[in-house]
Amino acid sequence: MDFNLSEEQALIRDSIERFVAENYEFDKRNATVAMEHGFSSAHWQQFAELGWLSIPFAEEHGGFGGGHVDTMVIMHEFGKGLVAEPYLPTVILFGGLLQAGGSQALQADLLPQLIGGQLQGAFAYLERQSRYALSDISTRAVKEGNDWVLNGEKTVVLNAGAAQKIIVAARASGEQTDEAGITLFMVDAGDSGIDATYYRMTDGQEAANLRLTDVKAEAVIGAAGEGFGLMQQVIGDAILAVAANALGAMEALNAQTLEYCKTREQFGVAIGSFQALQHRMVDMFQACENQRSLLFRAVCAADAQSDDAQRSLHALKVMTGKAGRHIGGEAIQLHGGMGMTDELSVGFYVKRLMIINTLFGDMDYHQQKFIDLVNRPPAEAGASARPEAA
Amino acid sequence: MHTRFSEEDIAFRDEVRAFLKKAWLDNTELQAKVGALSTMREGMIEWQKALNAQGWIAPNWPVEHGGTGWSVTQSFIWDSERALAGAPSVMPFGLIMVAPVIIAYGNDAQKAKFLPRILASEDWWCQGYSEPGAGSDLASLKTKAELDGDDYVINGSKIWTTYAQYADWIFCLVRTDNSGRKQEGITFLLIDMKSPGVTVRPIETIDGFHHLNEVFFDNVRVPVENRIGEEGKGWTYAKSLLVHERLSIAEVADSKRGLAEVRELARQEVNGGQPLLNDPLFAKRLTDTEIELMALEYTELRALAAIAEGKEPGPESSLLKLQGTEVQQAVQELRMDAAGYYSQTLQGDLGPDQLGHAFADYAQKQYFRGRASSIYGGSNEVQKNITAKYVLGL
Ligand SMILES: Cc1cc2nc3c(=O)[nH]c(=O)nc-3n(C[C@H](O)[C@H](O)[C@H](O)COP(=O)(O)OP(=O)(O)OC[C@H]3O[C@@H](n4cnc5c(N)ncnc54)[C@H](O)[C@@H]3O)c2cc1C
Repeated sequence: MDFNLSEEQALIRDSIERFVAENYEFDKRNATVAMEHGFSSAHWQQFAELGWLSIPFAEEHGGFGGGHVDTMVIMHEFGKGLVAEPYLPTVILFGGLLQAGGSQALQADLLPQLIGGQLQGAFAYLERQSRYALSDISTRAVKEGNDWVLNGEKTVVLNAGAAQKIIVAARASGEQTDEAGITLFMVDAGDSGIDATYYRMTDGQEAANLRLTDVKAEAVIGAAGEGFGLMQQVIGDAILAVAANALGAMEALNAQTLEYCKTREQFGVAIGSFQALQHRMVDMFQACENQRSLLFRAVCAADAQSDDAQRSLHALKVMTGKAGRHIGGEAIQLHGGMGMTDELSVGFYVKRLMIINTLFGDMDYHQQKFIDLVNRPPAEAGASARPEAA
Repeated sequence: MHTRFSEEDIAFRDEVRAFLKKAWLDNTELQAKVGALSTMREGMIEWQKALNAQGWIAPNWPVEHGGTGWSVTQSFIWDSERALAGAPSVMPFGLIMVAPVIIAYGNDAQKAKFLPRILASEDWWCQGYSEPGAGSDLASLKTKAELDGDDYVINGSKIWTTYAQYADWIFCLVRTDNSGRKQEGITFLLIDMKSPGVTVRPIETIDGFHHLNEVFFDNVRVPVENRIGEEGKGWTYAKSLLVHERLSIAEVADSKRGLAEVRELARQEVNGGQPLLNDPLFAKRLTDTEIELMALEYTELRALAAIAEGKEPGPESSLLKLQGTEVQQAVQELRMDAAGYYSQTLQGDLGPDQLGHAFADYAQKQYFRGRASSIYGGSNEVQKNITAKYVLGL
């Protein structure tokens, strides 16, 4: 058992820390978010040069061959600095799906471009009615000759504006909520059949609703009709990634709040000397450490493919939402009026945490999944519901 | 003990409903004005003028100055029906905050000058209490007023001044004496925002719209006749105002409407093939909040009934502020949860329907805006300190 980072991982961490210190000071971040698509393409090139875009990909395509811990290190540092570049949609989601289900030829074509920083991607899986149910998909895919043709509407697609390629989850067969029949398709973002409505999320990142009219797919990702398993797998990885990002944001909020309480004076003393506030800050600290523990637990279980992996993943996502809301709310409250302003970064971190709660299922959604999992009768549940260490 | 409505109450309720239908529900033009940032000031003034024409603008004032003389039940009916219709309450700074102070402590000339203009919404008021160094510790305020002939000369700054950018007048706590306890030497002044030397700087906020400001005073001359009561006694007046402010912050009726709105959305939202309303985890949190709100509603009625019997509203107002803002924030959280992944989208320049969800944009705005309610009017921590000290005697 070892909770330390390897030397290589520590190097990655240090280089991101340096990048954040140099490029993500408050005003600089605001300028970056104000750019087209909500991030800096110069930063993205830097990511490519520093090798960060290669981390989760296989060496044969120019990747680093990293695991969940490596991604965790990156996303954690990005969270601390509130980095705006679209690592989640392009590398984790789009790249993850490509690697998990793309043909060898497609991977050989696109992964090097992605790793080199030339290719941005997005994953369109949500629909207006779907809420958090991944299998609730009404966008239709129909085979016409050799082509798959897509029609329907996808919502809140992160990074759709910058992406050249988009992977779309559509239904090739089955009823609207069936897991079977979902297929993942690669489409060109510039296809004339895609009508996009762009907007920003509260943390400044860009998203879009996409209306697809007779859009011809360029490729099928994974086997036709079996997209659901792929989605689940990659979204599992993405949950670990955003939970690490959340941990970074929580740490930053706690550090800022602590600092503020030590320096802000009222009634002739630092407000941090009031016991009522001290206990509140201890609670925030505790919530953050809970998040860290469940993150380590879920990451180790995923890497080991242990029986505890699924349960840990749900537990982690519940805690991410709960601790995020708790810490976010308290950080604003303890800053008083200052916490309501855009003159500090507090609000921006809180918004990132709120978004993360809604990504891939909120805390209620994952708590229900957790309940379903642990309440299965013992025979069915086997070893997976027992809380042994990973 | 009973809470039945009398026949007169029911007749009153019908009268209120008829008024709200005509003045608000059927007046979509006014609703649009109040709802849009650029026309909000104009819309609110128009709405308040309609209330004044009806004689219902100032339920909390004594009848001789233009109050309604309503019973507690009637006030309750008015507020419930107003919120149910989605109509706004009034801007509090003139009608709810400074007017009771002028009525209680102002002289006849001040009453004659200011009260009719407040009733008629001729002046937009703002509240100049907080300073950068004086928030929870309000009494440590430093903005200085020095007597020079018939004028006070004001130097210093106020912060977090809501809607100062729209204001014609600001009521201010200023320091006229530094020698004694910090609560002494504070004076309550009414200052014309058009006076030379007053400048307003906007503060950007996490909810993305402009309501907060910093107000600077650079040798601003204020006639002594604009002083309320005695010099150095401003703290007493200021505290009485805070009690009124806190009573108005509970916003029970608006939380009821908010909760109903969330419930309706949760009925429509589909969650794993079922209405979200049937989700046991969501339903638990929704009904937890509803139960808190039911208690709050009666706590408020008990407080109002006591006031109607002539008791002064006291430290119990802290409890209403606490419970009221906790419920508001719980409703805002539920609204965000109900809106799911749409809850964190920004409308920007898009039309209201283009995001594809009724609560997109709105849910997060309400949430972030609502974080302030546990900070202003004396933070909730300060309310707990007050309750511990003055109610529990700790
Ligand atoms: C949206 C908004 C609108 C406002 N509008 C107005 C306005 O129109 N006019 C006006 O004058 N003011 C206004 N205010 C100011 C408001 O009254 C102050 O923000 C409030 O009094 C808190 O002061 P502060 O911001 O300086 O926080 P601080 O006093 O610095 O407090 C910081 C934190 O410390 C806590 N704290 C402080 N003292 C104690 C203690 N003794 N024990 C335990 N905890 C403590 C607080 O509760 C808070 O959590 C507004 C504020 C906001 C957010």
